[in-house]
Amino acid sequence: MPFNRKLQKFSASINEVEIGTGDKAVKIGGQNVLPFYSFDGNIGNGAKVGIEISDLGVEGMPACIQACYEGCTSFADIAKKAASFEGVDFLALSLEGGDPNGLNKPTDELIAIVKEVADATDLPLVVEGAKNAEKDSELLAKVAEVLAGKNVLVMSAKEENYKAIGASAGLAYGQKVGAESAVDINLAKQLNVVMTQLGVNANSIVMNTGSASVGYGFDYTLSTFDRVRAAALGQDDKMLQMPIVTPVASETWGVKESTAAEADAPEGWGPVEARGISMEVQTAVACLASGSDAVILAHPVSVSTVAKLVKELV
Amino acid sequence: MALSGIQIFKLTPKKNCKECGLPTCMAFSMKVASGAKDISECPHMSEDALAQLSEATAPPMKTIKVGAGESEHSLGGETVLYRHEKTFVSKTLYAAKICSCMDDAEIDAALAAVPVVDYERIGERMYTEMIYVNEKPGTDPAKYAEIAKKAAAVRPVILGCKEEAAAKAALDAIADTKPVLNGADASNYEAMSKLAADAGVVLGVSGASVEELYDTVAALEKLGNKNLILDVTMDSIKATFEAAVLVRRTALKDGDRTFGYPSIVNVAALADDAVMQQALVSLFTVKYGSIVVIDKMDYATALPLYGLRQNLFTDPQKPMKVQPGIYPINGADENSVCITTVDFALTYFLVSGELERSGVPCNLLISDAGGLSVLTAWAAGKLSSTSIANFIASEVEGKVKNRTLIIPGKVAVLKGDLESKLPGWKIVIAPLEAVQLVKFLKDLQASGEI
Repeated sequence: MPFNRKLQKFSASINEVEIGTGDKAVKIGGQNVLPFYSFDGNIGNGAKVGIEISDLGVEGMPACIQACYEGCTSFADIAKKAASFEGVDFLALSLEGGDPNGLNKPTDELIAIVKEVADATDLPLVVEGAKNAEKDSELLAKVAEVLAGKNVLVMSAKEENYKAIGASAGLAYGQKVGAESAVDINLAKQLNVVMTQLGVNANSIVMNTGSASVGYGFDYTLSTFDRVRAAALGQDDKMLQMPIVTPVASETWGVKESTAAEADAPEGWGPVEARGISMEVQTAVACLASGSDAVILAHPVSVSTVAKLVKELV
Repeated sequence: MALSGIQIFKLTPKKNCKECGLPTCMAFSMKVASGAKDISECPHMSEDALAQLSEATAPPMKTIKVGAGESEHSLGGETVLYRHEKTFVSKTLYAAKICSCMDDAEIDAALAAVPVVDYERIGERMYTEMIYVNEKPGTDPAKYAEIAKKAAAVRPVILGCKEEAAAKAALDAIADTKPVLNGADASNYEAMSKLAADAGVVLGVSGASVEELYDTVAALEKLGNKNLILDVTMDSIKATFEAAVLVRRTALKDGDRTFGYPSIVNVAALADDAVMQQALVSLFTVKYGSIVVIDKMDYATALPLYGLRQNLFTDPQKPMKVQPGIYPINGADENSVCITTVDFALTYFLVSGELERSGVPCNLLISDAGGLSVLTAWAAGKLSSTSIANFIASEVEGKVKNRTLIIPGKVAVLKGDLESKLPGWKIVIAPLEAVQLVKFLKDLQASGEI
């Protein structure tokens, strides 16, 4: 008997969400198959890769990435440089310096950086918060306001502050909203439910269902992706059909495999740059293979490698 | 197809003799249906019923063994496509590649590099399990056998060889180490199958397409060879991914046992670039490679990869645990401050990572809390003032002179009890979240409290 090729067809599909404006706008989602299963059906817009910069500028980057931004003196320079690397689909700006437990930069200062970056690039923009729910509700609401008309993705809307961010980004200024939940399918769904009850269009929401470096609790991250996709496609769960955007760099460049200098590391580990890239690339690919529609990376080599692999697979 | 408990029950003697260890035949049947018991554990089954049942209850994917003695590994035996459904059972193995096209010095260097990556992570030894010995067509069989022999002295070998003479010479030299002969395809499967069967080794099968691979496997099964591994490597990354997914899914979801074998993915044949190989080895670890072959395993590749594999192959119902003990961080000694948390691996990694970032020398004390997170362990009574005090009295007081103990902010309620149970100790409450530890410790250090 010859091989009987059975397709895994789903009647449901992942929502298609567009970020940015003009020629450079990107769409994510739109598929009705599991990640990269092009042999089963419509793979939608494929996976997208973003590059992350932050309000901390070049100094805030790991040393090996700083070298890639040599000569950049302003945030506009950094944004232009980041946009020029091979494989970049969108730009992600993290406002981590706003964290009250860290530098606690005032909102005005951060908003000025946001504007400078947005004016310097025509790539779609994703803005991530300060990792503090209270600060973010004020900061990100303001980000949505000053970037009106740019169709940006405002991340970091959590259970504690989704009302402020959702009302500003999702309702008042027509941006896209990133719903961030701890690594759990029920929490992810719950946040989408309350966000839509607030009036935010389901097609304007993307999810960040949690992120981790491989080896650091990634089992939960991966199973959440698997289960969210199984519910969205297999059970037509409308409240889980949002595409998933996963910030990878902020996790992988903090673990010891990516930070320990060669002199301090156990014997044989080798240069820190190669370890950091490998950690970032392997984590990103594992995310994309289980459910992420877009990943946010930092090292230009990671970006170009992952983008190249995506091109091979779609 | 799998039988239900009721269908199995009909075939049992229905004597409720309890010899299988279960109270009734019905209970036994339900266990067999769920895969928790094997039908052979019932001593009273008739031959007929047994034959009928072992066929029907056989796993959808065979377990294949490679390597000999202490280097023996199991591949396959999976029953689910996603780890949350049950558990993945046979972890992906990694092979470093050498080739008969390399000169002697290159081969020696590559073989010497194989044992370099070898370390322990949460109780598991991490190393390169196998070596892939590729034959460049036209290599002198004696030369190929010599290279295979050198490699087999280091690790179990996969012979990537489609030429009969070279394959025979290599098998003659190293059959006792139970290598894999990865060399059968549509054109040579009869001869290769005979070689593998005579030597008692696993045969690797490849095809130019999923359809051709299927037909070759079916032909090999007809010859009676069911000791197989399927090389799903095709001529592109996309086609290889498709083959890897289809082989596994056809066996597990569609119940077609012709594809019920472990797989080999030769990433080294798909990309030259080291970073791209890292991307691919991650992809094929997540999606269904039983053995993944890369050019070279170094620490940059291994550290993320083995972490990923460990996460993927843990039992989702059993949390990963670290060993209880004293973990000195940032060069801590007996005079450094003590900080305690639970043995849940995720908690341990988060906390130890933040402690390292703080730069403050401290002794991280991990006591047995059943592998649960802080609040869950506390609620279940596995983390209490008694458990912490006992651990400190028996394991820590003799080894550490410092008498300041920082406890998780989520169990601040334990402070009073601990102070009475650990006289002489100063108990300090940490913040609620691990990310706040860096600032917390730096502040304590600046104020001279630790």
